[in-house]
Amino acid sequence: MTIIKHIIKKEFKQIFRNKGMLPIIFILPILQLVILSNAATYDIQNITFGYVDANNTSTSRGLIEKFEASNYFNVAHRFASENEASNAMQKGLVDVYLTLPTRFEQDLQKHQQAQLGVFIDAIDGAAAGVINVYVSQIIQQYNKHITPQLSQPRDALEKIHRIESIPLFWYNETLNYKTFMVPGILVLLVTMITLFLSGMNIVREKEIGTLEQINVTPIRKSHFIIGKLFPFWVLGMGLLTIGIVLAKVIFNVPMLGNLGLLYAYTAIYVLLILGIGLFISNFTETQQQAMFIAWFFMVIFILMSGLFTPIESMPKWAQTLTAFNPIKYYVEIIRMVMLKGSGFTDVLPQALKTLAYAIIMNGLAVWSYKKTT
Amino acid sequence: MKTDYVIQAENLTKLFGDFAAVNRISFHVKAGEIFGFLGANGAGKTTAMKMLIGISTPSSGRATVAGFDVYKETEAIKKNIGYMSQKFALYDDLTVKENISFYGGIYGLSKKAVKEKSHKLIEELNLQAVSNSLVGGLPLGWKQKLAFSVALLHDPKIVFLDEPTGGVDPITRRQFWEMIYKAAHKGTTIFVTTHYMDEAEYCDRVSIMVNGKIEALDTPKRLKAHYKTDTMNEVFLKLARG
Repeated sequence: MTIIKHIIKKEFKQIFRNKGMLPIIFILPILQLVILSNAATYDIQNITFGYVDANNTSTSRGLIEKFEASNYFNVAHRFASENEASNAMQKGLVDVYLTLPTRFEQDLQKHQQAQLGVFIDAIDGAAAGVINVYVSQIIQQYNKHITPQLSQPRDALEKIHRIESIPLFWYNETLNYKTFMVPGILVLLVTMITLFLSGMNIVREKEIGTLEQINVTPIRKSHFIIGKLFPFWVLGMGLLTIGIVLAKVIFNVPMLGNLGLLYAYTAIYVLLILGIGLFISNFTETQQQAMFIAWFFMVIFILMSGLFTPIESMPKWAQTLTAFNPIKYYVEIIRMVMLKGSGFTDVLPQALKTLAYAIIMNGLAVWSYKKTT
Repeated sequence: MKTDYVIQAENLTKLFGDFAAVNRISFHVKAGEIFGFLGANGAGKTTAMKMLIGISTPSSGRATVAGFDVYKETEAIKKNIGYMSQKFALYDDLTVKENISFYGGIYGLSKKAVKEKSHKLIEELNLQAVSNSLVGGLPLGWKQKLAFSVALLHDPKIVFLDEPTGGVDPITRRQFWEMIYKAAHKGTTIFVTTHYMDEAEYCDRVSIMVNGKIEALDTPKRLKAHYKTDTMNEVFLKLARG
């Protein structure tokens, strides 16, 4: 026990003496949380909107006005021809344009339906999808709005049968993206910092030659590793605390669930990440190698975590792979606990998986750390 | 084999692929002896030493250190030895005192013992003024002397020194050897590798490794007589050139 204490003491001293790393450990995460949470949003605004109105009636103009009134779309460019509009999109001057055919109003009156073209610049597929939804919503609303006005009273009776869905968003009623993103980004910070620091820690001692000196002492592997990892475990928990406070103070993200539960889960989770870091450390000779490998896994973990893109929309094989992604578990849990107020039993299955994963990774790490080669 | 041998090696070998870095070396080191382990760069000195201190498993052959087997009882060996590597291996970002208490702690010395030893050690090395400064800022010679003292902290039976005086000025080298003598005088066995042939003269017995093999092993005096020269330098050159 006292031997472990000696190592822990030494690690803490080194962490707090490292003037280069200290700001990275504490200030960078805070900056990132503030910046990323504001920047990483699915909300798309200032969409440049254009149209070709071949109809030029009060109905077609009314539709365009709806777009102009929307917060999402910028003042419309009117193009004389489809060609002109297409050229403008080619040059990147518009994100989306509408073509209203010559018989737009007439068709709407006669057949209760009219066709119009919506052209979206889909270089950014995700953004295009969102723009499509916005455009459809405005058109539908306008359609609903104008139908009674244009049609005969008897048609209005038929229209009542039209099924309309009214979305209700639970757990994040206003679809506030920050509420959704902040917990996720908090996960990234806790993971990144602990993974990188633990991954580089032992390999650093390899580089400077002190590891050999340690290996010549009768210290037990498990003591050494526990002593090495514990400070980073504490750091991880500290980062979580800072993050939760910021999430509350700056972004007003709710904390519906039990804070203790979140800490308990994080305690297991950080252990897992440290195990991965240590494992990497054992198989690398320099800090650069360790960093590179840690980054490699980090990028895959982040992209496949469900943080930015839903796991449900991944192909089946990719969904299977995410079962090995620790970040995925943590993103799920933190959102469940903070936004949904999930309790112990809801979290238990993932927590057990994480625990098993942590035991395996740390086991591998201790096993692969060899005092004698 | 007599029991007062603290290191015994029989045909100790380390292969890296087809290459025999250490090729069937056999030697004995007596308790309290200063044993010089000489050889050119790449002769296999460090590899041999790493097998003896239990951080590298031999490919074949037998060896015991302080009575313990180098295959199975490496951790027991580690309790009985001190080691100072070629690379300076104290923590640059810890102070002199912190380094001492860290290594003392790792060897399981009590708090009180660490405190006493650290006090004594700092006094002996004349490091009072810098005892709370980071080790990284000390001159190399001081660092090496400190590293040696730290290697002796837990009163090991044998201390292994891998080129302890590399890059150190002559005066400090001299002081360093005084420290070695002092430790040997107390009964500690010293196993030291060096490139400096004048240092070889200070050893009780010397072995000279060439290409993974021990080519000569005797007292410096007898080696010089055997090779009919006046200096160890000449002995070394004759052997190393083949």
